[in-house]
Amino acid sequence: MHEPSDQSLEAASPPRPSGKPQAQRGKQAQPTPPAREPSARQPSPRHRASIPSLRAQIYKSHIKPVWCPGCGHFGVLAALTKTLAHLELPPERVAVVSGIGCSSRLPAYLAVHGFHGLHGRALPLAAGLKSARPELTVIVAGGDGDGFSIGGNHFLHACRRNQDLTYIVMDNEVYGMTKGQASPTTQPDWCRSKLTPQGTGIRRFQPAAIALAAGASFIARGFAGAPAGLTRLLAAAIEHPGFAFVHVLSPCRTFRPEQQHWKQQVHPCELEPAQDLAQAAALMQRDDGMALGILFRQRIPVYAAGVAPITEQALRQIAAHSGALAEIEAELCR
Amino acid sequence: MHPPALRPTASQLALAVTGAGGSGAVTAGLILLEAVAAAGLQGLLRRSAGPQIRGGESAALLRFGPDPVLCAGDRCDLLAALDWDNHARFADEIPLDKASLVLADPAAGALPDAVVASGAKVRHMEFRANARQRSGGRANMVAVGALGALAGLPLRALLDGAARTLGAKGDAVVSGAQACIGAGHALADPADLLRETCDIDPHPRVRWHINGNEAAGLGALRAGVRFVAAYPITPASEMLEWLAPRLERLGGTLLQAEDELASVNMLIGSAFGGVPALTATSGPGLSLMLEGIGLAVASETPIVVVDVMRGGPSTGIPTKSEQSDLNAALYGLHGDAPHLVLAALDIADCTHTVAWAVRLAWRLQTAAIVLSDQSLGQSRAVCEPVAPDLRRPAGDATALRGPLLASDAVYRRYAVTADGISPMSVPGETGRTYTADGLEHDPEGTPSSRAADHATQLDKRQRKLMTFDFGPDWAEILDGDHDPAQADAGLRLCLLSFGALRGAVVEAAERLRADGWDVRSIALRLLAPLQCEALRAAIGQALVLVVEQNHGAQLFHYLHAEQALPAAARSLARPGPLPLRPGEIVAAAAQLLAEDPHARA
Repeated sequence: MHEPSDQSLEAASPPRPSGKPQAQRGKQAQPTPPAREPSARQPSPRHRASIPSLRAQIYKSHIKPVWCPGCGHFGVLAALTKTLAHLELPPERVAVVSGIGCSSRLPAYLAVHGFHGLHGRALPLAAGLKSARPELTVIVAGGDGDGFSIGGNHFLHACRRNQDLTYIVMDNEVYGMTKGQASPTTQPDWCRSKLTPQGTGIRRFQPAAIALAAGASFIARGFAGAPAGLTRLLAAAIEHPGFAFVHVLSPCRTFRPEQQHWKQQVHPCELEPAQDLAQAAALMQRDDGMALGILFRQRIPVYAAGVAPITEQALRQIAAHSGALAEIEAELCR
Repeated sequence: MHPPALRPTASQLALAVTGAGGSGAVTAGLILLEAVAAAGLQGLLRRSAGPQIRGGESAALLRFGPDPVLCAGDRCDLLAALDWDNHARFADEIPLDKASLVLADPAAGALPDAVVASGAKVRHMEFRANARQRSGGRANMVAVGALGALAGLPLRALLDGAARTLGAKGDAVVSGAQACIGAGHALADPADLLRETCDIDPHPRVRWHINGNEAAGLGALRAGVRFVAAYPITPASEMLEWLAPRLERLGGTLLQAEDELASVNMLIGSAFGGVPALTATSGPGLSLMLEGIGLAVASETPIVVVDVMRGGPSTGIPTKSEQSDLNAALYGLHGDAPHLVLAALDIADCTHTVAWAVRLAWRLQTAAIVLSDQSLGQSRAVCEPVAPDLRRPAGDATALRGPLLASDAVYRRYAVTADGISPMSVPGETGRTYTADGLEHDPEGTPSSRAADHATQLDKRQRKLMTFDFGPDWAEILDGDHDPAQADAGLRLCLLSFGALRGAVVEAAERLRADGWDVRSIALRLLAPLQCEALRAAIGQALVLVVEQNHGAQLFHYLHAEQALPAAARSLARPGPLPLRPGEIVAAAAQLLAEDPHARA
């Protein structure tokens, strides 16, 4: 088997620290501040004050998560309920759609409308729902395998469609539910899966850069271990008109225990969010995969084609065989 | 009596126009069909084309007469060949015999051997030379005039047909075409007339001028479909293209998906949101959708997938018809996943069957697969309209989405009820939020791997289909002019089919009855859940011939597996792409009757 060297693979793509705590980041010369406790970037006081943490409870269901103790996804769940409370979205006006995997269990733990669908197909299901009911807030959630491997094609097309959806990917660089196989974001030399004992030898999927190339209009990265910052990002993503992709580093305690060191490795994004593609592309070139914040935000036309609510008048016209449907029928007659 | 002989259907005439790509054979067929309509007649226009995008050969095959045209018939009365390029590819589809008349342009070269061997009469007509004499003249229009004249269609109807068909191309094109049609009309020798010339119908009845893909789209709109997710595929794309602008006029929308995996999941999302949703595809797309259809079954989300079948497996024969996706539609889902499978019986019935499927899917909160095929979807008929259904559309808030159980303290989306139908809320309804799930779940929707929950939910999802009263629409049962009360007593033979084969079977049954046999045709519109009791009752003690257009006798084996057939039932199964002809069915039936010692009439 081709034995990939760390250098040959990582040189061609922006590196993210290997799971090993002693691993060095590829580009130390960046003008970024040293890794700090991410909570250093707190929401503004006004913002913080306006999050009534107790109200977040109303968005939680009574179902106990299947997640392992210490799983990063608990932080995402907490941040999401806080975000919904902060935005004061009525639970029945929110739908959370997911695929399959540990993180995709999220909808059942929320007291909003939810759909736990097929592996890899959360985005198209959400696209159909948003088209049918444009007034709903539709949030899509899943993991790195679900979103970037089996659902990779849908990810590309959701980015370029720019429908008003928020897509949260909880990336732990491993398939957890199937007991620890390499995912598209796993390091090529990660050898701890029986499926790929020599490592995958395949370069890592770069979620943010690929989202940018595919046309996403909002790209952010959060950390499950910094729920306050994540809350701020999720609120901005939901409020962004268009497709908002939030890449969340969400450690897997069970299969990737080395990810507990992410807490020391994440750092704020060094710049204000890029507004144009060239600036964003330059930022992505320097991205070490651990920079938190909004990486790119652009106002572009939103895919807004949707179904209008069916009115009583339309129903009466159908019953009386008049109106637009009757006209369509008449055009078929001769 | 003797087994029935093959008899021509005297009142109907079959014409064909063939030519290389760009020669305008299909346009000629469309103009002739318009003329048929203007004359107050009914017609069926099939088209045959290779897979070429542009170029390649094409044929228009028109059968018409005063009564509904059921199928392609057995033979071709009149063929106009604009050229002989690639004629060999059509020879099988245009059966010529000694009674056929062939119009050939001497400029097109020598007659193909197959045409000579058929013994058909040949008349040389200079289509190209006549066209060249007229400004904007085209050989296909000269052929329209000659064909129309020999087929007894009034010249005015042909000219009117040209104006309707070509109107969008401007006055110069229309007048050039009309001049050529007039010239072609004059070329025909009155001694060759195949049918007495009729007049324009002064009091025309309202008729549909429709193809099966449009008819299916109309059924969707009637039943309330307002969201369509689409991925293009031959021969279903026209349904999606027809729907796109019309959905917009009705406040709906069509979303072009990245693939069929996406489109089927988009339907589920829309239906979860309370908006009836449908897609159209063909075999390869259906295969990709199967996992999603299973999710609709498990999450009890109503969706409708129309499969316009083509030759399979794999890419198969994309432009030609076959009924070979039945097994995939019936058995393709993994797990125990009861769902609806329907089949449209003719072009107009596409409207009825698709509308019924949408309503059933919503009433029963499950997935429906509707089988159409290329011979319906891409063929155009002038036929009696199917009356609009004036009920409130499926998905309407007041429509049947199961009772909201006020007595329950908590909302149970998957509550276990006597009829298996549970209360379905849609987003926006306060206090009725739930998570739909493809994981097995308890009545509240909470994921569960408990044996009791699995058994209960499996039972519930099966019960709602098995206990529902589907009414008489499950099949079309015809006994000809026999008194239905007496029909059972003397019944000798049942011709059993599904979907588009119904037309050829009905025509075959009529011929057998004309020869004195008591024959019933049964065309299945609802294939799953199979209405086994009703089907067994309809068959009674008669002989059975199961007729279908596929290689594996899929319907025959399905009906046997369901113990719906007597042990002596026979199968007539032949794959596409050639249409199954009524004559073949009559011959197979005659053999079956001849072999049966008790069935002598």
